[in-house]
Amino acid sequence: MVSQYITEFSKYFIALFASFYTYECFSVFRFQTEGERSGIYIRQYIFMFLVHVSCFLPIYVKTGKIEYIFFFLFQQIAMYATIVLYHLIYPQANRLVINNMCFLTAVGFTILTRLSYNRAVRQFVIAVFSSVVAMVVPEVIMRVKNWRAYTWVYGGVGIVALGAVLVLGAVTHGAKLSFSILGVSFQPSEFIKIVFAFFIASLLCRSRSFWNVALSAVLAGAHVIILVLSKDLGSALIYFVAYVVMVYIATGQKWYLLAGLSGGSGAAYLSFRIFSHVQVRVQAWRDPWSVIDREGYQITQSLFAIGCGGLFGLGLCQGSPSSIPFVTTDFIFSAIAEEMGILFSLCLILVYISCFVMFMQIAISIKDDFYRLTVAGLGVTYLFQIFLTIGGGIKFIPLTGVTLPLISYGGSSVLSTIMMFSVIQGLYLAGGKKNATGKATQKTERTKKEKTKKLDRQEHRR
Amino acid sequence: MRSKEIMHVTVFFVALFLCMMGYFTVYSLTHEEELMNNSYNNRQQILSEQNQRGSILARDGEVLAETVVDDSGNEKRVYPYENLFAHVVGYVDKGRAGLEAQANYYLIQSSIPTVSKLKRGGSGEKNPGDCVYTTLDVELQEAAGKALGVYRGTIIALDPKTGEILAMVSRPDFDPNRISQDWEAILEDEESGTLLNRATQGLYPPGSTFKIITALEYIREHPDSWQKYRYTCSGSLREGEDAINCYHGTRHGAVDLKKSFAKSCNTSFASMGMEFDKVMFSDTLHSLLFNQELPLEGVYNQSRLEILEDDSRGEMMQNAIGQGRTQITPIHLAMITSSVANGGILMKPYMVRRVESADGVVVKTFSSEEYGELMSSEEAAILADYMKEVVENGTGTKLSGLSYTAAGKTGSAEFGTLKGESHAWFTGFAPAEDPGLVVTVIIEGAGSGGDYAVPVARRVFDAYFNED
Repeated sequence: MVSQYITEFSKYFIALFASFYTYECFSVFRFQTEGERSGIYIRQYIFMFLVHVSCFLPIYVKTGKIEYIFFFLFQQIAMYATIVLYHLIYPQANRLVINNMCFLTAVGFTILTRLSYNRAVRQFVIAVFSSVVAMVVPEVIMRVKNWRAYTWVYGGVGIVALGAVLVLGAVTHGAKLSFSILGVSFQPSEFIKIVFAFFIASLLCRSRSFWNVALSAVLAGAHVIILVLSKDLGSALIYFVAYVVMVYIATGQKWYLLAGLSGGSGAAYLSFRIFSHVQVRVQAWRDPWSVIDREGYQITQSLFAIGCGGLFGLGLCQGSPSSIPFVTTDFIFSAIAEEMGILFSLCLILVYISCFVMFMQIAISIKDDFYRLTVAGLGVTYLFQIFLTIGGGIKFIPLTGVTLPLISYGGSSVLSTIMMFSVIQGLYLAGGKKNATGKATQKTERTKKEKTKKLDRQEHRR
Repeated sequence: MRSKEIMHVTVFFVALFLCMMGYFTVYSLTHEEELMNNSYNNRQQILSEQNQRGSILARDGEVLAETVVDDSGNEKRVYPYENLFAHVVGYVDKGRAGLEAQANYYLIQSSIPTVSKLKRGGSGEKNPGDCVYTTLDVELQEAAGKALGVYRGTIIALDPKTGEILAMVSRPDFDPNRISQDWEAILEDEESGTLLNRATQGLYPPGSTFKIITALEYIREHPDSWQKYRYTCSGSLREGEDAINCYHGTRHGAVDLKKSFAKSCNTSFASMGMEFDKVMFSDTLHSLLFNQELPLEGVYNQSRLEILEDDSRGEMMQNAIGQGRTQITPIHLAMITSSVANGGILMKPYMVRRVESADGVVVKTFSSEEYGELMSSEEAAILADYMKEVVENGTGTKLSGLSYTAAGKTGSAEFGTLKGESHAWFTGFAPAEDPGLVVTVIIEGAGSGGDYAVPVARRVFDAYFNED
């Protein structure tokens, strides 16, 4: 009897606590300093815990497996260990980013446990390993002083690694994505995304002359073309958008933006004409119902899932998300929408957005222009991937088959996202702040900022 | 490198995400029913494991379909009226059809309070599904079934003021209680088309009932002079290789538009058709919902008649009298008739009135919905007057001299290659002064509409007006 009530009512608590958590994600922006925000962060720990409990209780009740309770406890230990250790080692680091990282990863564990316990456990092991890496990354970033000097190393590594996949890689579902080293399968495009942001930032920071921008376009284009040839369309789009945005931020020239977008549309149209697999995707997007047996199968199954949950979802273990192909990777958002509901899904998107806004605020606050541009580039890379996977799964845009950061199953995806978060933290700590902390000095800082702005502009004109 | 660009980028992406969130919310909240009803969606099985399928009821509460559980716990779908509602209510065992398909979303849900669900869940008992109350009238359906008898064909009865469908019979029919046992035999007999709901899916040549449309087109092309229309009928009309004859070669002599309509004079309408402006004619057909989707739930076919730029005069003659390429579904003709009866306004036909939970709480109600104006009220008044004349002095006199006044149009639609084989049509309404019921009848291969379809329609009207 009690178990019936748990299954029935837990979904309302999940939505409720998740909306409290999400609210705090944005109330952070009311304050300037991390010190003033600490109350918010503590409330977030509590809501995070409550969401997590409300998720695992119904799963346990439904399956009756005691190992799920232990699994839940291990997750709790790992999460709070990460939060505490990170804060001890890097007291200046941004805590919203850490909290959101843990919250999203925990949501990933939950839905994966429900879909495939084995995958959830593997994901957990990788996430713990990634968190250890995450502890080291900022320190490394701070120790090495001249990151901006290695332009050609970044470029070389990127093109060689992506090229290697194209030549040697294994084919999964028609696309070349990964290759194996010592039995571990890697998906280099996930990691090269980070290197790519460094590459473009360092290249553009050398000079903003037309010829240098043209050179960067050729080299970024090389990355994108290799990805297109590997049929990894999602990654190709992410690299492309990140590049165009970085050029715009670096130069402030709307013309480059226009040129990039029209060039991109032209290239997209060309690939639509040339590649049959692109046509298939577009067809499946425009009218999946007419090809529901074949190309439209995945997307329609995904739509069935998002359409049946309603505001609060069917409840964990109450729906039928397993009928969606690739549900643990490309369509995990649809599984969440089905069982945890529209309200929770919207909260999830908002948590992702709050992370992005924080990244961009961090970018603005960094004094060093190279670090600044890198952080902005990484932020866009991160957000655009979310747009592709969620938008694709709900038929807002054609499907490209990329993972949902921190939630989808996949070692490369989780490790690379957690690394990206740590790199941003590292750049934040190493880049030097434009704004001094504390409100008292804020005013004088602002006038200073304006002066430097003017200088920047003059410099730019020269 | 200033902050401004970063701000721009941030705002742009946040706006993009807000659009996506809006799309996601609206899409998933508004498409639930449609997505749930898709046969590729296996979530229906989850619900049918939790809930016992709800009942379908007639307008006065008679059970048309219900699920009963026998002593060993097996569920069976029972249809108390057997063949009578076969097509309109449909079946669930061999795929879904009729209202069982159309209202499936409601039938598999259970809206009883959560607390009662929890109690039942504890004991392993299924929740009772929601009940669907329809607009169907058992008495009228029985009268229609009896009137059609052993003939193949269909009868539709609907209320032109609300769009409520009161009766819908299609023959040949089947017993939905025995659909599983009889399935093979039904499929083997391809020629009969037993599973086809002729009311919504049957495509027939409209024959002379199409003259409602031809007359409307003539009035539209001659807004000032249509009253002055005159024609002298000699029983046949030749144009090149094509020849049109009046029924049984009757000479109607000098006729105006009203008399042409009442006597159903083929040559008169054929001569009008030859002169029609093809673009205007296409527009009229479009305004009457030919070659397009109908405002109708469930499975149906679209009526077809494309007027082509290079149609010969001979083809235009055929088009004008509803022969040749023209094909129409009986429900479409009933809809056109109902807009004539309702001052030009078409009410969207519907059958599901309301959904109730098993404990009698109303979950959802459906009210009548105006689709729009198919013709102006003046045009509708002229056509209604002509249709009244058909009953009083024309081909439909078997409906005259009753306690109610009826109006309508007959048709004898030739089909096949043999001369003289024709489907008997009637479409009309009563009372003529304040229409409450539209009846459309087609009897396959019976002969002339006036002799065979009108008496059948009369029995339905009689039942409606309680005339013995």
